[in-house]
Amino acid sequence: MKEIDQLILPDDVRFSKDHEWAKNEGNNVKVGISDYAQDQLGDIVFVEMPQIGDTFKKDEEFGSIESVKAVSEIYMPVSGEIVSINTELEDHPEQVNQSPYDKGWIIEIKPDDLSEIDTLMTNKDYIAMLKG
Amino acid sequence: MAQQKASKKTPLYTWHLKNGANMLAFGEYEMPLWYPEGAKQEHLSVITHAGLFDTSHMTVVFVSGPDAFDLLQFCFTRDLKRCIGKNHSPLKPGTCVYGVFLNDTGATIDDAILYQIESNNYMIVVNSGMGEVITRHLNQYKGSRYVTVTDLTDRIGKIDIQGPMSAKILLNILKDAEKILNDMDYFTFKGTMDGSGRLGSEVIMLDNIAAFISRTGYTGEFGFEILTSLDTVQLIWETIIAVGKDAGLIPCGLAARDSLRTGALLPLSHQDIGSWLFFNNPWMFALPFNKDKTDFTKNFIGSNALLLAQHGDNTYPFVGSDLRKISTCHPAVVLDNNDKVIGQVLTCVSDMAIGKQDNQIFSVASRHKPDDFEPKGLSCGFIKVNKQLTYGQTVRLKDNRRTIEVMVVKDIRPDRTARCVITDML
Repeated sequence: MKEIDQLILPDDVRFSKDHEWAKNEGNNVKVGISDYAQDQLGDIVFVEMPQIGDTFKKDEEFGSIESVKAVSEIYMPVSGEIVSINTELEDHPEQVNQSPYDKGWIIEIKPDDLSEIDTLMTNKDYIAMLKG
Repeated sequence: MAQQKASKKTPLYTWHLKNGANMLAFGEYEMPLWYPEGAKQEHLSVITHAGLFDTSHMTVVFVSGPDAFDLLQFCFTRDLKRCIGKNHSPLKPGTCVYGVFLNDTGATIDDAILYQIESNNYMIVVNSGMGEVITRHLNQYKGSRYVTVTDLTDRIGKIDIQGPMSAKILLNILKDAEKILNDMDYFTFKGTMDGSGRLGSEVIMLDNIAAFISRTGYTGEFGFEILTSLDTVQLIWETIIAVGKDAGLIPCGLAARDSLRTGALLPLSHQDIGSWLFFNNPWMFALPFNKDKTDFTKNFIGSNALLLAQHGDNTYPFVGSDLRKISTCHPAVVLDNNDKVIGQVLTCVSDMAIGKQDNQIFSVASRHKPDDFEPKGLSCGFIKVNKQLTYGQTVRLKDNRRTIEVMVVKDIRPDRTARCVITDML
């Protein structure tokens, strides 16, 4: 298990209390799960994703991540419409473990309100939450 | 797996932490769930090469005295006079047998492997935290029998080496290895122990470490369980990790152990067998039926309750259509074709070494698997239902998130190596 100081927590993403990350790319928001979450879940073997065009509110469940240990819900960090999903995860769900912020991204959202991302935690806030 | 506050540590605890294990509270112990290679690779390694498990959280109970046989014959489900092999030979020194301790209502207290060390001396390996319970149970039924029952909880180190390369790896660390190993059939052992847990010198590992090895395990794959003293278990563990590396051995945690044992159709005590009648389940071989299955060949605690049982739930193995599983944390139910709840899910895991092709299950270890076979993993486990089902029938399992269709099956992971002839594995 990674110690908190071993976790990769980039400066250019924001974090939700449910361990998703959200990154502003152009006017869209890319979403995945944090290094902490993938480390806790263990080997990810399946990612259940929404359909393009689906809309969800912030904190609503949009899919699930199945690891060898359990099935865990994944939640919207901001409200919006799904404009893209990472179809590579269908055959290579392990990319969520290997590259949680890059190849392991899960969905791309067209946010209802881009400023909603600012309500999420910075990496410093997130570390503080993990330390409890 | 039961999660609660753990306070105990095995002698390998520091090693696990130093080597990046993800730890979990399992019963009273802090145990490794997986190491950095991950549970999927650990599961696959045991099937194709080898894996090493810390099982020092398990417990040994020693039973000795002139009436030890008589007490165990009354308390353990196997008929010790006729439990070995197809010929129903008696248990004898050097052999061991799987069975169950029931209470007088026919419910399971725990499952165990019973070893006959020599006449009047028996060793029982029970589950974590059960040493005190089984010791109390045996003493409760002892009556006027001349028997001493000793709970050796936390006094023995135990590790399991499992997988087809296990014997080859042990050749490097056992003294007189070929002599020790070459006649070791399934469910036999080498070594002795006395009532204080002290091991004899029949089996020596490295230069001078007394050990006890048995051709058993909890993975369905070829391998051995090794007992040694608490202060030598880490040296043996580290040596096996080092010499086994080239043979593909890696340390394995409880997650891989759970998925391997499920695919191998082995029950987890207090989850797949427990406070209900031990009957109509895949482990009926643990009961001492007569030839035509109308009666038992001996009287034992729980036997009357089992014989009187007219009804009762049925436990079946199942396999899903892909790797998606359902969670048993919240009660997960079994639905029949009319959406009626007929029971509950006891275990549901993914066996990542298997997959379905043309409606047949293959494993990475299957010799006759299709050329293009790639195991995608299948969910599998056990259900307990209030009606009889037939193999091949489908039912649906529902948790708070999803419903999956699964098939009731007789067996799960094919082509397991546990029973392979040892001379083929050396």
